[in-house]
Amino acid sequence: MKDTLGTRDYDWWLIAIVAAICALGVIEIYSATHGSALAGMHTRQIRWIVIGAVLMFIFSRLDYHVILDQAPILYIVGIVALTAVLIFGHRRFGAQRWIPILGEFFQVSELVKLIIIIVLARFFAEVRTDELSLQDLIKAGLLVGVPLVLILKQPDLGTALVLMPMLIVGAFLAGLQWKHAAAVVFIGLLMLPVGWHFMKPYQKERVTSFLHPEEDAKGSGYQVLQSKIAVGSGGFWGKGFGNGTQNQLGYIPVRYSDFIMSAWAEEQGFKGVLLALGLYMALLLRLVQNAQRAKDRAGMFLVMGVTAALGFHVLVNVAMVIGAMPVTGIPLPLMSYGGSATLFVFLAIGLVMNVRLRRFVN
Amino acid sequence: MSYWFRNDNRLPQVRLAAASYVIVGIITLLLLGFWKLQVIDSDKYGVMAERNRVRSIPIIAPRGRMLDRDGRVLVDNYPSFSVLLLRDDEAAVSKNLPAIADGLGLSLDDLKEQLVNTQALPKFQPIVIKPEATPADVAFIESHRADIPLLEMLMVHRRRYLPGGFMAHASGYVGEVSEEQIESSNGKFRPGDFAGKTGLERQYNDLLVGTDGMRRVIVNSVGKEVGRLEQQEAIPGKQIQLTIDKDLQEVAEAGLGDKKGAIVALNPQTGEVLAFASHPAPDPNDFAIRVSKEEWQRLNEDPAHPLLNRVTQAQLAPGSVFKIIMATAMLESKVPPENFTAFCPGFGVFYGQMHKCWVYGKSAHGSVNLHSAIVRSCDVFFYNVGMRMGIDRIAKYAKMLGLGARSGIDLPSEEPGLVPSEEWVQRVYHHKWYPGSTISVSIGQGSVMVTPLQVAYVIGGIASGGDFKQPHLLKDAPNVGEKHVELAEDTVEQVTQGMYGVINEAGGTGQAVKLQGIEFCGKSGTAQLMSYGAASRLGLGKGKNDGWFVGFAPRRNPEIVVAAVVEDTSEHGGTTSGPVVRDIVKAYYDKKNKKTQGQVTAGNQPQQLQKNGASPAAEAPKAILKPEETAEVVPPSEKKKARPE
Repeated sequence: MKDTLGTRDYDWWLIAIVAAICALGVIEIYSATHGSALAGMHTRQIRWIVIGAVLMFIFSRLDYHVILDQAPILYIVGIVALTAVLIFGHRRFGAQRWIPILGEFFQVSELVKLIIIIVLARFFAEVRTDELSLQDLIKAGLLVGVPLVLILKQPDLGTALVLMPMLIVGAFLAGLQWKHAAAVVFIGLLMLPVGWHFMKPYQKERVTSFLHPEEDAKGSGYQVLQSKIAVGSGGFWGKGFGNGTQNQLGYIPVRYSDFIMSAWAEEQGFKGVLLALGLYMALLLRLVQNAQRAKDRAGMFLVMGVTAALGFHVLVNVAMVIGAMPVTGIPLPLMSYGGSATLFVFLAIGLVMNVRLRRFVN
Repeated sequence: MSYWFRNDNRLPQVRLAAASYVIVGIITLLLLGFWKLQVIDSDKYGVMAERNRVRSIPIIAPRGRMLDRDGRVLVDNYPSFSVLLLRDDEAAVSKNLPAIADGLGLSLDDLKEQLVNTQALPKFQPIVIKPEATPADVAFIESHRADIPLLEMLMVHRRRYLPGGFMAHASGYVGEVSEEQIESSNGKFRPGDFAGKTGLERQYNDLLVGTDGMRRVIVNSVGKEVGRLEQQEAIPGKQIQLTIDKDLQEVAEAGLGDKKGAIVALNPQTGEVLAFASHPAPDPNDFAIRVSKEEWQRLNEDPAHPLLNRVTQAQLAPGSVFKIIMATAMLESKVPPENFTAFCPGFGVFYGQMHKCWVYGKSAHGSVNLHSAIVRSCDVFFYNVGMRMGIDRIAKYAKMLGLGARSGIDLPSEEPGLVPSEEWVQRVYHHKWYPGSTISVSIGQGSVMVTPLQVAYVIGGIASGGDFKQPHLLKDAPNVGEKHVELAEDTVEQVTQGMYGVINEAGGTGQAVKLQGIEFCGKSGTAQLMSYGAASRLGLGKGKNDGWFVGFAPRRNPEIVVAAVVEDTSEHGGTTSGPVVRDIVKAYYDKKNKKTQGQVTAGNQPQQLQKNGASPAAEAPKAILKPEETAEVVPPSEKKKARPE
């Protein structure tokens, strides 16, 4: 491999957008926690961002073809790790998803998301037909299905769900046939009651309280209500930095993490939301652009896998904050506090960068 | 490196472009969602955020005190703490309930029941789970602020009454407002408020009750107070000064002791009530917090009726006290003429039936005129008078003098008593009046009924020459109702002479209660609840009586009139009630003489007033005499003035 990768080839626009979103996150984490026992969280988040950025650059130097080559091994490593976490993992906040590395707790499933992006890219890149055959669709489904079930076991419905858009977007770009899509949707609808049967009580509660928020004024319905109050009371101009009462008095649940958009919307108002969602839109569109300019299908699938994952995170998290979707515990990429999640996003961006850097290389 | 990916650059550009549109579409939808919340519904959520943030904690205003006529405290307050349970966080409540019940010494089941009962109230409204916090409770709450942030203490003012039911039926008591009171209060009362339930507490509730203040504090999501907003101070209720003289009240309370009965002392010249006692009396301190169901039931089912205010609500046959009404009616109507005499052989036969005089079997009164009939309380004389007057003339004068109607005292639920007449018996029993019944009524038996207050009021009015002043307990009441009944000077003279003779003449029925140096007049009465014959048949000995005594001094234009009744006694009124009345009149004169003699003692009083806080003159509220009960006394034009704002 020739080392012709110059700094000019990096997507500086993408980096700027990512940096801006990280800045919003750090500002809001500071605002949400500075007066509480959690003070200092923003510096830890900055640390994660710096580590993430370094990992991103390192990751971008390694040719993605080399990474794709190792996809089967990565897949096995992922499955083993998920199984291990079920057996040896640490139980925190009611779910067994954590393993300790260097004194920090990491969520294995975040790493698995990255692995699945790579595995799916490899899989779809090897499909030579213009139309995706049913056989291949089922194979792809099984590839995703195994880790999905393991993640559901933790239980972590949110992360498990993120695997779905990766599969859907990948299949779509690989030439998914409409009749197959219709059939899958139909079967999915039939499976809904079965899925309901296997859901944990707290998950059922989240869904019912989403459908009937008035019946649950204290559980997750309460959380969503408080979030909506925060968002709505922010108005167009917002209450100002550090002035959100819902935020500062602790009415917003996990205001520094999953509900950080709620805290941001309260203090910065609709204008702030416009800025934040504008940045996310720019990020996602920039990712799609990178996919369009990828040198080969494999690169395109990698970038779109990342786009699907991040886009799904943004959609589900923000919709939850405004009460348009049930509470699933999916963080907002780059804004929510969290080590594993932040590292995942930076590594994913690193993959994208990797693809971009090699678009002119033979 | 394998070459599985080589030379495959067929990118699905159309589908990639579609992905871009999907992204734009999703972000636009999300922004619309924010627009709805932050722009369209912003005001609604702004209010909800404010309601979250701010908690209003009431500051309870103390009720006004009650002072006696000399400024001595009769009813007071003391500070106390109620324990409030914050119910916002239901999960935390159910989790901590056993610990709370244990820590405060409450029954867990009762607590749970209370929570169920208050489910309809808004969740942000705390409920009182323990009205009277002990020092141990306070320590418990303070030490568990961090792990049980659900308890708050609310400073309240509890009523303190003098012990032993002192003046309890006049003062009344306070309690938590009933549903009915809340509904009729036009929003002034809220559930859990305290208000006067009976007596003066109820009558002057609007004056006594203050305006609660409000402390608005900022609370965080776990209900901890983190800051303060404005504070609206409580406005204390007004202090009221009563006409009651604590010294006389003490004599009255002691005089009744554990007997069942009532005493009321009035100043007939002003209508001021000087003493007001009804026994048995509950101790209102027991109601100041919360009455248990059992206690309430016990009080209601007690055959001695401790909740009955006998001064204004006991409607009893007046017995021989009624002879004063008869004498006044006779002299005024001249039927029979004033020189009428009757012969008393110890009994009389009217309409074919024998009616005994009270001396029957022991002696006889012989020939009696009006004066000796009063002095010696001859029944036969008044049988004859009654027979000649007829029931309607008796009723006319009795009503004119104030019987059969409420006196208009400033207390709730006064009873009017009953003056029978032909019209009444027709209306209620649908038959004609039996003339024989008139004979019983003539000596205050039969269906005539009076309250002790009416006896004092009517006798005081007659002795004052027909000037009737509305009895009242609020000192410096500006709108005291009065009525004047045209009585001949000779009538008043003869009647009061007769009553003077009862105590001061040989043969008088009240000689035992004579007072040296005081023109003490009176009349005893013994209303039979059961005839001697019936009582002995039932093995009750001498029979059951209501023993009355009404006394006043001096003879003309008296300063004090006292009516007393002791129920269910085997004694005569002169024996049971006479000494109590005498002691009160004596105490009144003793105090009066002491005041006029020793200026030093008198000079002490104003100082004591100042020690008690504000000058009662400055704070004395306007009298509010309950308008609907003063209908006979207060002209309609004054009713509006009397109504509280």
